[in-house]
Amino acid sequence: MPDIKRPTPVRLLIGLTALAVLCVVLFMTLNARGRWDFVLPFRGAKVAAMIAVAYAIAVSTVLFQTVTCNRILTPSIMGFDSLFLLLQTCLVFFTGATISSDLSPQLQFGVNVGLMVVFSGLLFSWLFTGANRSIHLLVLAGIVFGMMFRSLSSFMGRLLDPDAFTIVTDAMFASFNSIDTTLLAASLVIIGGSAVVVWRLTHLCDVLALGRETAISLGVNHRRAVMMILSLVAILVSVSTALVGPVTFFGLMVANLAYLLVGRHEHRFLVPVAVLLAVISLVGGQLILERVFAFDSALSIIIEFIGGLVFIILLVRGSTR
Amino acid sequence: MIETLKVTKRYGSSVVVDDVSITLPASGITAIIGPNGAGKSTLLSMIARLLPMSEGRVLVDGLDVSLTPSDRLAQRLSILRQDNHIAARLTVSDLVAFGRYPYSKGRPTVRDRDHIQRAISYLALDDLADRFLDELSGGQRQRAFVAMVLCQDTDYVLLDEPLNHLDIKHAVAMMGMLRKAVDELRKTMVLVLHDINFASCYADHIVAMKDGRVVHQGGPDEIMAPEVLRGVYDVDIEVETINGRRIGLYYR
Amino acid sequence: MRPRPFRSHDDTSGLVVLPRDSLMIRLSLSLVAVAALALISLFVGVGDVSLGGLFGADARAGDLQLLLASRIPRTVALILAGMSMAAAGMIMQMLARNRFVEPSTAGTTESATLGILAVTLFAPDMPVLGRMIIASLFAMAGTALFLRILTQIPLRSVLMVPLVGLMLGGVIDAFTTFFAYRFDLIQSLNAWTMGDFSAVLRGRYELIWLSGALVMIAFFTADRFTVAGLGEDFTTNLGLNYRGVLTFGLAIVAMVTAVVVTTVGTIPFLGLIVPNIASMIAGDNMRKSLPFVATFGAGFLLACDLIGRTVNFPYEIPIGTVVGVIGSAAFLWLLLRRRTHLA
Repeated sequence: MPDIKRPTPVRLLIGLTALAVLCVVLFMTLNARGRWDFVLPFRGAKVAAMIAVAYAIAVSTVLFQTVTCNRILTPSIMGFDSLFLLLQTCLVFFTGATISSDLSPQLQFGVNVGLMVVFSGLLFSWLFTGANRSIHLLVLAGIVFGMMFRSLSSFMGRLLDPDAFTIVTDAMFASFNSIDTTLLAASLVIIGGSAVVVWRLTHLCDVLALGRETAISLGVNHRRAVMMILSLVAILVSVSTALVGPVTFFGLMVANLAYLLVGRHEHRFLVPVAVLLAVISLVGGQLILERVFAFDSALSIIIEFIGGLVFIILLVRGSTR
Repeated sequence: MIETLKVTKRYGSSVVVDDVSITLPASGITAIIGPNGAGKSTLLSMIARLLPMSEGRVLVDGLDVSLTPSDRLAQRLSILRQDNHIAARLTVSDLVAFGRYPYSKGRPTVRDRDHIQRAISYLALDDLADRFLDELSGGQRQRAFVAMVLCQDTDYVLLDEPLNHLDIKHAVAMMGMLRKAVDELRKTMVLVLHDINFASCYADHIVAMKDGRVVHQGGPDEIMAPEVLRGVYDVDIEVETINGRRIGLYYR
Repeated sequence: MRPRPFRSHDDTSGLVVLPRDSLMIRLSLSLVAVAALALISLFVGVGDVSLGGLFGADARAGDLQLLLASRIPRTVALILAGMSMAAAGMIMQMLARNRFVEPSTAGTTESATLGILAVTLFAPDMPVLGRMIIASLFAMAGTALFLRILTQIPLRSVLMVPLVGLMLGGVIDAFTTFFAYRFDLIQSLNAWTMGDFSAVLRGRYELIWLSGALVMIAFFTADRFTVAGLGEDFTTNLGLNYRGVLTFGLAIVAMVTAVVVTTVGTIPFLGLIVPNIASMIAGDNMRKSLPFVATFGAGFLLACDLIGRTVNFPYEIPIGTVVGVIGSAAFLWLLLRRRTHLA
């Protein structure tokens, strides 16, 4: 990491909060042309969804990197969000429900999240426990798992309904423009709950970041702590994927930027800074693209582009250990 | 005859090989010795045109290595560097057969096959000929690489630490085999060796390098002297004559 | 190890008697299997083609028409694409000296797609051969960029190479997607990137024969690639120009990729899995293993296509999806199986 002069964490937090609020206010009010009764609820739902996604991705990435003690693996690089999509497709496939199901979307989502916790836990334990595997093997395996999950979902999607195939494929590409708001209320409840848990876990996370052996010798029940945090990660990934679809590199970008800006290991600073950065880049990015350049749905493409470059730089710089 | 004329290799401001002009006589074993970082491997690589030199020229039988077509040179001079990692799954005989590439360009004749078989037998690899390289031990693989270079059947053979990965038995066998090839086939071998005693017992000519320069050269009797070795390695080395061989003792 | 009794030293015709014979048998068996798959491929589909309909007493003209216009071109395209993509993967693995490299893990495929997009934007009337040439040039530039990035990596772990390649591919892909989005070409882009043989018809696929010719060239120059696979020093020692071999190999790979992408779309992982499996059977001496690579590649693609055509009959699942599922599963198997070697 380059040796830059950093602001104190508290000042950093205040500054980023102000910037985030500014982005949100501008997004809500710019070009409203006075039709407030229509614009405010419409844009409000959109902003709420974007904040929910930003929170979910940032927190899940930082926690995941803490548990795995590295700065290059993220849940989405390890194929977690593709797994969510696959489980979603499987649920429809095996219960015989149609895509516009009689099941209430909230209930369906709940079942999906439950499955996600179980299966991501299984995948994770299989990959990470046992043989001491190299980080490169894990990243590569994760990426390929993601590809397999995606191909399987589209395969099953084709089997389900060859004509309505576009519905399934649409879900496989991130879009910040057309956020599905039916699950917004449920997502906000989950996020509120998780925020409390995360806040209580920050000191545990500081210890976990020291590595498995150190954490155990400091008296942490490592296995239990890891499994608990991973469940939280799985739930948060489900929220963001359900709302906007898979976003591979966003978490990687904000988490690494947060490490760079905070420059310390305390999670009580790292987590909020990462969340604020995510909010600023999502809401601010969408604001600029939508209102200034009129590129409605290009944000996810730009994130993938920049994120991919960041990833290559991280790899080449050798910060994978 | 190999001549290097004011050969120099620089990386930025650091000089790895510094103005080396030596003449290595044809037929016989020349050993290059010296501490780590003396520039031995770099010099060998430049002689074999694997590495471009910053200054100077290298002539092999009067042919300038940087001007002569590479495939013509490959029929006259072969090199094996140390630490060869091969990801490809090849059998020993596949690998050795590639030593004939400069002649056959991939269409081996019956005569080429004779060469291949002889090289395999020369290094006692007959039983391993159909095994894949990744199934062999480090020493067996090293012998396979040397077999390939011998199969190239060049007058000049350059080997960078050929005793790497070999146990005592195979190291002695390897040096004996190289000596035999020199005596019977009139080859010229240039070896980078770490063990001065192998150099003393098998080489006709020893070149001692330090800090990129040639500091001494001569027959084993001249080089295997305490004051010379002290200057090369900065370590006190006693030299005893045992069975007519000069042996350096540097263990304690 | 005991000496094998049945090999004599003066046998100059076959230095490796045992493996070569058993290899020939295995190759013949594979060829028979591929021929059977090709035959099945000719007679499976929505339209009904039967031998009776073709040659029987009540021969129907429609059957022959369907066979000539659609089924034969499709089967031929499958065989050629499978052979050439597998061979391209093999060449790349030799040149990069890495088992996990192939056109879709080195930015080659994505660059070719970018090239096609560029042609569509700037010279929409260009004939298909011109498109393919531009796509090859892009593919070559992208792969050269990939190799250049590789030289910048200090610690070259085996797995780092495909990782960087996949990421580079992702970045190029995002770039392409952005411009496709700007100019409303997302629909066409999806058509190029999803491998699909259902649109292969007589008069629209013939370019793919070029990839067959490229495989023949690769076969006659196979030794160069094996030598390059031994590394730069070995190559120079044997009197070959390493950079020359590298450029030549890259040109073949880029052209094969461009031809396949322009005619049938992207086929992921084929070039990775097939050479790895062929290598387990026949090793990596390309002259020996290339026939296996080509045969297995054709067989793999024919089988995937049959699955795609029959599993949800009468609807068709694009081969890109089928290959994606089977290919990524096989890739994972290769990765995790070799963990002891790679740790």
